[in-house]
Amino acid sequence: MIDDSKPIFMQIAELIENGIVDGTMPEESQVPSTNEFAAFHRINPATAAKGVNVLVDSGILYKRRGIGMFVATGARAQVIARRTEEFFEQYVKPLTLEARKLGISAEQLNTMIERSSGLAQETGTDKERSAAL
Amino acid sequence: MNDTIVEARNLFKHYKDLNALDNVNLNLSTNRIYGLLGRNGAGKTTLMSILTAQAFASSGEALVFGASAYENDSVLSRICFIRESQKYPDDFQPQHAFRSAALFYKDWDQQFADRLAEDFQLPLKRRIKKLSRGQLSAVGVIIGLASRAELTFFDEPYLGLDAVARQLFYDRLVEDYADHPRTIILSSHLIDEVANLLEHVVVIDRGRIIMDADAEDIRGSAVTVSGSADTVDAFLMGRKVLHRETLGSLASVTVDEALNSRERAEALELGLELSPVSLQQLVVRKTMAGAGTAASGAENFTDDVMEARR
Repeated sequence: MIDDSKPIFMQIAELIENGIVDGTMPEESQVPSTNEFAAFHRINPATAAKGVNVLVDSGILYKRRGIGMFVATGARAQVIARRTEEFFEQYVKPLTLEARKLGISAEQLNTMIERSSGLAQETGTDKERSAAL
Repeated sequence: MNDTIVEARNLFKHYKDLNALDNVNLNLSTNRIYGLLGRNGAGKTTLMSILTAQAFASSGEALVFGASAYENDSVLSRICFIRESQKYPDDFQPQHAFRSAALFYKDWDQQFADRLAEDFQLPLKRRIKKLSRGQLSAVGVIIGLASRAELTFFDEPYLGLDAVARQLFYDRLVEDYADHPRTIILSSHLIDEVANLLEHVVVIDRGRIIMDADAEDIRGSAVTVSGSADTVDAFLMGRKVLHRETLGSLASVTVDEALNSRERAEALELGLELSPVSLQQLVVRKTMAGAGTAASGAENFTDDVMEARR
């Protein structure tokens, strides 16, 4: 799950965000402790703490003294808003670049995207998720 | 910094025709997991032996907890050094070794040692001489973990341990370190296995420290760019090349620099492929780059590159 592509603390932050977006970590629920993250992903506890702190700093998680770390209200919308902004650079651009390399026309590409969204809607149980895509 | 617990200043160690340590300067801080990495004979064990007062430096100074460790009980009782080939008295059984350790280390946790012995399926009442290589390593690993010494050195503690037992060691290390932070120095060849556990990395090559940086800063500090040789070379013009590999008209070049997001985008537009460089690959490249002995490791190189391409 953890790879070499970028700092581990960023990957930990992303994993928590993924949980928030897909609903496995609902708002106001408690997230695992940094030591639990460290043991589960077999990483240095200081690194896990750094990843969690990134999310505390941006207001996605908050600390309750002596109890632990919780997902803030509004965190999901916040994460989705930021990721939507990044979506063009991270997904659309590489997609069109590869399409150009292969000589896939814009029209063909659109057809593929429509087909793919159709599949996502059929299989997806969460309507909201498809809407976000 | 006042959380420094190990301070090495201008350490030299000369053997007859060899400089085992060649002006080593190093600071280690409290409550961190360090990786001490390097090739065989690079000076890892020599350095650890001097820091733990099991060998003398030819010149220079080594302070541990602010004092010299030689004949200094107040310092030595806070240090645990697990050697790759620790010798025990002939009639010793693991339980005797543990009992000795319990006398020496004030934070010794017997229950933890018992649990670890069970985990590693170590026969406590067999003579150590009769143990397998892996079981002998397990004795060291258990002493190193259960002693909970403020400063613990593991010098390639995994010899003879199979993949399952090594994973067990790493798991127990992370768990126990989380509950009982301390300074741990892990010397290892199996860099990929330990990379994620390390907070700070020290690489030693032919007696010199060639890398001393936080693991997170190292991650992503190098990148491999592959594609048609002309494009790759044009793109990387003027950069510090660690390694270059060609296959027909294709080239795969590792540079010792990170690319910013604009450069990454540019590379992708040019049709180049970017792949991350693991800590192990980076250490191999750096120690090879310095040694100029490309021939001896050529096969590893090719393997790495092929792996990077996949």
